[in-house]
Amino acid sequence: MAEVRRVRNGPFGYLLRAFVIVYLVLLVAWPLLLVVTHTFAHGTESLQALFADPDLVAALRLTALAAVVATVINTVFGVGISLLLVRCEFPGKRLLSAFVDLPLAVSPIVVGLALVLVYGGRDGWFGPTLESWGFQVVFATPGIIMATAFVSLPLVIREVEPVLREVGTEQEQAAWSLGASGWQAFWRVTLPAIKWAMIYGVVLTLARSIGEFGAVKVVSGNVLGETRTATLAVEEKYLNFDQDGAYAVAFLLASVSVLCILVVFVLRARSARRFSAEGQ
Amino acid sequence: MAELIGTRPAASRPALAHNLTRTSGIGLGLTMLWFSLLVLLPLAAVIVTASQAGWSGFWSTITNDQTAASIRLTVLAAVVVTALNVFTGTAIAWVLVRDHFPGKGLLELIIDVPFALPTIVAGLVLLSLYGNESPLGLHWANTQWSVYLAFLFVTLPFVVRTVQPVLEELESDVEEAAASLGASRVTTFRRIILPSLAPAIAAGAALSFARAVGEYGSLVLLSGNLPFESEVSSVRILSAIEHDNPGGAASIATLLLLISLAVILLLDLIQRRVARRG
Repeated sequence: MAEVRRVRNGPFGYLLRAFVIVYLVLLVAWPLLLVVTHTFAHGTESLQALFADPDLVAALRLTALAAVVATVINTVFGVGISLLLVRCEFPGKRLLSAFVDLPLAVSPIVVGLALVLVYGGRDGWFGPTLESWGFQVVFATPGIIMATAFVSLPLVIREVEPVLREVGTEQEQAAWSLGASGWQAFWRVTLPAIKWAMIYGVVLTLARSIGEFGAVKVVSGNVLGETRTATLAVEEKYLNFDQDGAYAVAFLLASVSVLCILVVFVLRARSARRFSAEGQ
Repeated sequence: MAELIGTRPAASRPALAHNLTRTSGIGLGLTMLWFSLLVLLPLAAVIVTASQAGWSGFWSTITNDQTAASIRLTVLAAVVVTALNVFTGTAIAWVLVRDHFPGKGLLELIIDVPFALPTIVAGLVLLSLYGNESPLGLHWANTQWSVYLAFLFVTLPFVVRTVQPVLEELESDVEEAAASLGASRVTTFRRIILPSLAPAIAAGAALSFARAVGEYGSLVLLSGNLPFESEVSSVRILSAIEHDNPGGAASIATLLLLISLAVILLLDLIQRRVARRG
């Protein structure tokens, strides 16, 4: 199809191409490259120094824990809510569908504030009660997980819902008519159909979760070795004039996120190729 | 990632929808409970806390000189950056869909980087080219321009990723028909292509504005947060929280939510207009 659309490039076409390339290089590619060169200015020394610092290892571990837990929650919740939105009719469905996208439009600082107002230990709505039961949310790991889950909430839904809408229910009904139980139909028919969309969603959620900064900053309290995440460590190192350390952690985080989009990119290209091969 | 940032189709009534069974009823209950605890109740708490201060409290918070300056800067920069994104985003989508040259795949990848990159890292990344050690000699750190720069970076994917799939689906025969009837390329673009792209551009612009208004992470290291110069509203909210003034923080947050809502409605209106004219 691309062949049909290939338009002759006038001078304007080349100008537009040049503009786009220069713009993207200046805004994204060049600055990104500089972070890599900064990190390796003294060889791998600054990266090795990171893993020798127990506080930073703790920060990386906390980031990984929060990201994984938030991703698991958002995946289960995201697939569930997509199923409900596509397959069921209930009052308030349109409203829920609109509200699901809300976390993408709310400032991370407001997300943090909102969570503190409800779960804050001193004068939150539920905080004092929860704390009297011995369950601290804000300034502790559960708060970090909630903030992370909040900001990355719509990503799985946005990937899974359109696919679910497209596959319909015929195959499932066939499975039911052949005697499969609801669970069997879900595991053997529905899940394989949405597998790839789910994987994209999970990878994107993971990338977003690892990088969350503002919301986590408000709810974490930034206690060294306990509630300090890797993104908070970047800020702190930079402000404490440890530029090499800041660039090294930033490089680590940037590598993970670039790896995530690379995975999605490769999977997408492959499934598009398979799709067009089937079509022929 | 197109669907990720693009608009989801509105919940339409599918032909096969069935009513709630017991399992899906329990599922719905649990889902709504978790969604309320995580998103709805906390956001409601922000609005309730803001209203507890009363109208006068709300007004005196947002008309405080420093806060008002930060809101002006944030909204102005978000408007300018969104307007720029309408042009550059459409241009980038156009080149990605209609142009062919080696290395185009790399550009596709670069577009998604700002979405996946941690915001604090984004700030550091921009600082390396536009900070005090800038190889270009541009010293934008700690100035107003750093705010515009950071907004441009973090909102880059939105218009591109909403416009691109629409442009891919656009049938070229209508354009060819218009051209064969003697329409110039400008007329074809204005009368044929633009009206079909308008909804996507508006959706991308709305997302990009909302994102810019709430941006925080990428500015921390880059803008220096100088009052009356480079301090944005998110930073004001954070300092209100840190000074133990949740009412003030909630007031600014509510105002930002209202502004975002107003802009999203406005863009929706413009988009209907443009689509009708076509």
